[in-house]
Amino acid sequence: MHLDLLPLRRKARISKIDWDQLEDHEARRLRELGFDEGVSVELLHYGPMGKDPLACRVGRMTIALRRKHAAVIRVIPDEKQ
Amino acid sequence: MNTMPMVALVGNPNAGKSALFNALTGARQKVGNYPGVTVERKSGRLALPDGRPLELVDLPGTYSLDPVSPDEAVTRDVILGTQAGERLPSALVIVVDATNLDNHLRFALQLIALGLPTVLALNMIDMAERDGLRIDVARLAAELGIPVIPTVAVRRKGIDDLVMALAAAVGSVVAVRPGTAPEMDLVALQRQARTISIAATIEEHGVRRASHMIDRVALHPIAGPIILASLMFVMFQAVFAWSEAPVGWIEQLVVALQNLISANMPDNFLRGLIVEGAIGGVGAVVVFLPQILILFLFILILEASGYMVRAAFLMDRLMARVGLSGRAFIPLLSSFACAIPGIMATRTIDDPRDRLTTILIAPLMTCSARLPVYAVIIAAFIPDRTVGGIFGLQGLVLFGLYMGGIVGALGAALLLRSTVMRGASHGFLMEMPKYQMPILRDVILGLWQRALIFLKRAGTIIMASTVILWLLLTFPQPPAGSHEPPIDYSIAGRIANAIEPAVRPIGFNRDIALALIPAMAAREVAVSALGTVYSIQGGDENQQQHSLVDRLRGQWPLPTALAFLVWFVFAPQCISTIAVVRRETNGWKWPAFMMGYLFALAYLAAGATFWLATALGL
Repeated sequence: MHLDLLPLRRKARISKIDWDQLEDHEARRLRELGFDEGVSVELLHYGPMGKDPLACRVGRMTIALRRKHAAVIRVIPDEKQ
Repeated sequence: MNTMPMVALVGNPNAGKSALFNALTGARQKVGNYPGVTVERKSGRLALPDGRPLELVDLPGTYSLDPVSPDEAVTRDVILGTQAGERLPSALVIVVDATNLDNHLRFALQLIALGLPTVLALNMIDMAERDGLRIDVARLAAELGIPVIPTVAVRRKGIDDLVMALAAAVGSVVAVRPGTAPEMDLVALQRQARTISIAATIEEHGVRRASHMIDRVALHPIAGPIILASLMFVMFQAVFAWSEAPVGWIEQLVVALQNLISANMPDNFLRGLIVEGAIGGVGAVVVFLPQILILFLFILILEASGYMVRAAFLMDRLMARVGLSGRAFIPLLSSFACAIPGIMATRTIDDPRDRLTTILIAPLMTCSARLPVYAVIIAAFIPDRTVGGIFGLQGLVLFGLYMGGIVGALGAALLLRSTVMRGASHGFLMEMPKYQMPILRDVILGLWQRALIFLKRAGTIIMASTVILWLLLTFPQPPAGSHEPPIDYSIAGRIANAIEPAVRPIGFNRDIALALIPAMAAREVAVSALGTVYSIQGGDENQQQHSLVDRLRGQWPLPTALAFLVWFVFAPQCISTIAVVRRETNGWKWPAFMMGYLFALAYLAAGATFWLATALGL
């Protein structure tokens, strides 16, 4: 599953990020904001129009990002909820 | 050359760096610019316990030594000792957010590797405890190999300890210029940071409950936009409502000063110059200090509380429609106070096309300098009554003018993005800091700095323009026995007569043409210019006692007044803005383009307003 399709407030873990689908500076900024394989994530909010952008928790930070960037981040939802 | 040791304060955005800077330096701050670039250089003084003075420099927040924006490039260059006009720091103070240790430690590790004497301020330690995080400070210091001082900058906790640690660090080793940033693998660094963070964390449960609870309301798809719109509305109503009393006091003070000088000086040229030219002109502008400060108060609080990024989040989709991102919302909102800090704030936008577009439309956000113009014209021509029971008509007109600027800006952005600025957008990717109670001391400091900048402008550029205008309006004097108004003989009157045919189609008269010239220097001068014009035209002493609003009332037809207001929604920006745009874009091409398109827009919009209002029989 990709991050943009994760249900709200469902905890998950990043399994893979398709870095090659991002431009260099985008990839670097994502890393700088804490996106990495193995990190726990959770979608918190959608933007008011067209459910875009997304606000998600990454580690202990809250990050705003657009759907197209969330779509390159693969996640595995946690078993127990 | 300053030989005082310089210490750089550096860290991630949202680590509480500025609050720590304020706590360390108090009001002893200087805001300047780095030569050649327009990145603000914020510095302050600090005395070590042993008496040695230090200069502390607050560097722009950045995530790594790999710069994306010009702001981040300055941070890197200062730390590496390669920034022009800056000496190598004698020590670094790294500020990290204790609640975000794993992320902030990555940049800290990169900085520590440079080998400069370094102290780490483990800031917001109280929040970490509230979040259920307990950090082993000694362990963290051992892992990092540098002193670690827990601080709560907003409550001034740990500041003395930090200064002590700094005293030990400065001069302990001679700082060696690192030269270049060591090549480091971001991924490896991040994993190392996480390992250290886990090792130093004794206990962890719960994640920032308070901020998440607020966000459930503030970012709610329906409640969120309503809250944002209400905040904006309250902000603009407050600008009018709260300022009434202080504006009255300043007006009385100006009149008292004029009367005092009039009573104690012989009636001659100098008295006229001082009373009407200098005090009258500057007074007409200073009167708006309360409104400007109220506007800045809101913006500073929104920024300090962390809400500004939420506003950007809510606005992103709308901004995306015109080819921008939510990031542009923050510089644009700052531009309501003044386009100059707004344009400078675009440096955080990493996409060059996004940034340039934002710069070009920033002047369409109604800056506080236009507020004086709006305030006078609205007070003189729009009746003070309520509409629908609760809203003041004057406030509504003001709101409409602001909206006009916003709609114009969005339209201009769309047009620019599909023509000269065509290309894919970088998107929207930013950290949402946790909410914080704004610190009164920091807000007051911010307001104080803004007030000083404004008063400095009033005392220099505005004073000079009004005095020159007064001279142009007064000379040459009419010949003895002339029955024509004296202004017809003056130089300014003749210049305005020449311009008048060009602005007559949009409903402007000669007096307005006269006010438009000095308004190029600073927009609020239009008000004092009108004040000077009508006090000279009036001639007799009694007119002095009337405020500009009373004098304007009934002088122009309503369509003209409305066209004048709309002109200022789009009117080409002041000289200082043009200068900043030239600096930010490295050349005359874009400022010239901006002036051209804004002039055309102002002319067309004012004309359309005039003819529409005339057709409606207003």
